[in-house]
Amino acid sequence: MLKEKDKIFPNIYGFHDRSLKGVMSRGVWVDTKAMISRGSDDIIKTIKDSGLRGRGGAGFPTGLKWSFMPKGTEKPKYLVINADESEPGTCKDREILRHEPHSLLEGCLLAGIAMGCSAAYIYIRGEYVREREQLEIAIAEAYEKGFIGKNACKSGISFDVYSHHGAGAYICGEETALLESLEGRKGMPRMKPPFPAGAGLYGCPTTVNNVESIAVVPTILKRGSNWFSSLGRKNNHGTKLFAISGHVNSPCVVEEEMSISLRDLIDKHCGGVTGGWNNLKAVIPGGASVPLIPKSVCDNALMDFDWLKEQSSGLGTAAVIVMDQSTDIIKAIWRLSKFYKHESCGQCTPCREGTGWMMRIMERLVKGDASVDEIDMLIEITKQVEGHTICALGDAAAWPIQGLIRHFRNEVEDRIMNYSTRKTVQAAE
Amino acid sequence: MLRRLSEDQPEEFSFSNRNLKWAKAQLKKYPKGRQASAVIPLLWRAQEQEGWLSKPAIEFVANFLDMPYIRVLEVATFYFMFHLKPVGSKAHFQVCGTTPCMLRGSEALIDVCKSRINGKQHSLSADGTMSWEEVECLGGCANSPLVQVGSDYFEDLDKDSFEKLISDIEGDKSPVPGSRIGRFSSEPSNTTEKYGRRKLSNENASIERYRD
Repeated sequence: MLKEKDKIFPNIYGFHDRSLKGVMSRGVWVDTKAMISRGSDDIIKTIKDSGLRGRGGAGFPTGLKWSFMPKGTEKPKYLVINADESEPGTCKDREILRHEPHSLLEGCLLAGIAMGCSAAYIYIRGEYVREREQLEIAIAEAYEKGFIGKNACKSGISFDVYSHHGAGAYICGEETALLESLEGRKGMPRMKPPFPAGAGLYGCPTTVNNVESIAVVPTILKRGSNWFSSLGRKNNHGTKLFAISGHVNSPCVVEEEMSISLRDLIDKHCGGVTGGWNNLKAVIPGGASVPLIPKSVCDNALMDFDWLKEQSSGLGTAAVIVMDQSTDIIKAIWRLSKFYKHESCGQCTPCREGTGWMMRIMERLVKGDASVDEIDMLIEITKQVEGHTICALGDAAAWPIQGLIRHFRNEVEDRIMNYSTRKTVQAAE
Repeated sequence: MLRRLSEDQPEEFSFSNRNLKWAKAQLKKYPKGRQASAVIPLLWRAQEQEGWLSKPAIEFVANFLDMPYIRVLEVATFYFMFHLKPVGSKAHFQVCGTTPCMLRGSEALIDVCKSRINGKQHSLSADGTMSWEEVECLGGCANSPLVQVGSDYFEDLDKDSFEKLISDIEGDKSPVPGSRIGRFSSEPSNTTEKYGRRKLSNENASIERYRD
């Protein structure tokens, strides 16, 4: 288990003093000026060396992303924080926003200055009203103390932080859709290139980072890249906030070491799977978009990017959705298909139409009202959608279904057989 | 999903003094000429003021931000949190129905909505005080199943606690938001006692906050 002293977010549940004084007693906004004075290159190098990979789902190395920002342009540069946490199963950033907002703000300042940005926009999902209020209180406190704003932390550099919010669109978690939304339009992803580092917010160089990726930055700079990279397996370093939901005895959000085993995570923090480990059926290890893994894989699963990728799944946002033997797994995946159909922005035809087709076929599979060859047809549709859209929402809609068929094809076939037998019997009567 | 403006529209809309002052301050967040960025926050505040988003409100925001009406209408119809027709005057229950909540019993909550409010979502109860809808993931999955009412999340619900929540709001009580099983936030339920139970904030669950 992760030692208390290695936790980056000691107040993730909000039990401790949340006032600025309390926050500072835990080390936030202490020595910030010294960290700034280490200079841009050193900050970026430290983050690169630490092995921090983006916490928003894709796992792209954060330091490398920062180094894509052009230097010496005339245009202003922006840091945009993606707090549009909407991936089903994911509720980790919520806890940072409402209980550790100052870590995020300090991270914004350090990351922003390292990239030469003039301001950071934090884009929070619209539903998180109370979380936004907490963040805005923290922003006001930081301005009042001179931590951000003109001459931030007496560094001589001006850096502003603004909060902004959406209004209930999952697609705005995609970075270019987020930028569109932030500019006051429908959240429809942009074609890439140009990438945001070239032309992002208002056509200016922009880096979009997840809340957790930025909120861990101050601690990495304070404790050093060696400390961070000593946690977890090679290429999967540091600590991670895991959100465990579904069929466990006590669902929770918890900070743990990367590469912890799934079984330890569930048994030590969540009171185990309901009905015991052997009652486990499958787990979606990284939020709705990643394919599920069946119990046989769960037995040895390590929770990190590379291990799960080897199993054709992914760590995603580390949102673990646990399903025990009582689960109607076809229905569980159908509900995700319904989610993607609802959230498709409608820009690309394969996704707009495909998500509807997939949902409707899944709906019939839940009942068993289909023929067996429709399973392959469904897989073919997922392949037609996957990789043929501007953003990854099409892929995300396809993968859960592919995972279901890969591991539970028998169950789907059985249901079809049962349904057709029942119908034949009814007809005979 | 097809989203149309309500057929019944009020004559006019304007921000209350307090909200007008707030809206002007919002524009300072964005670079000059980029005031369109404020469209979602302003529409949202208009909805908080009125309870739903009317055509005059959309036009008001468009004029305020110097945007063509159609651009603002696009935004209002694209984002699902904008209610384009009136919702319950006391409460609009947004029940999360996505898989993590479904696994822990959100379907039972939806059944309660159907029997107590209206068989159909987006429709008012008989007395017009309540309405409900099934929404997609609210991002509180470790506290599922949960329901959003106004600005607040009511978490760790089951059929009984949800029935009580509805009754409380019906009876003009202001239920305390948060967990219904005594958790403080998203800690494992067996550790709440260890940290000591804290007083939950007594925020009102309604959208009254921003009315003058």
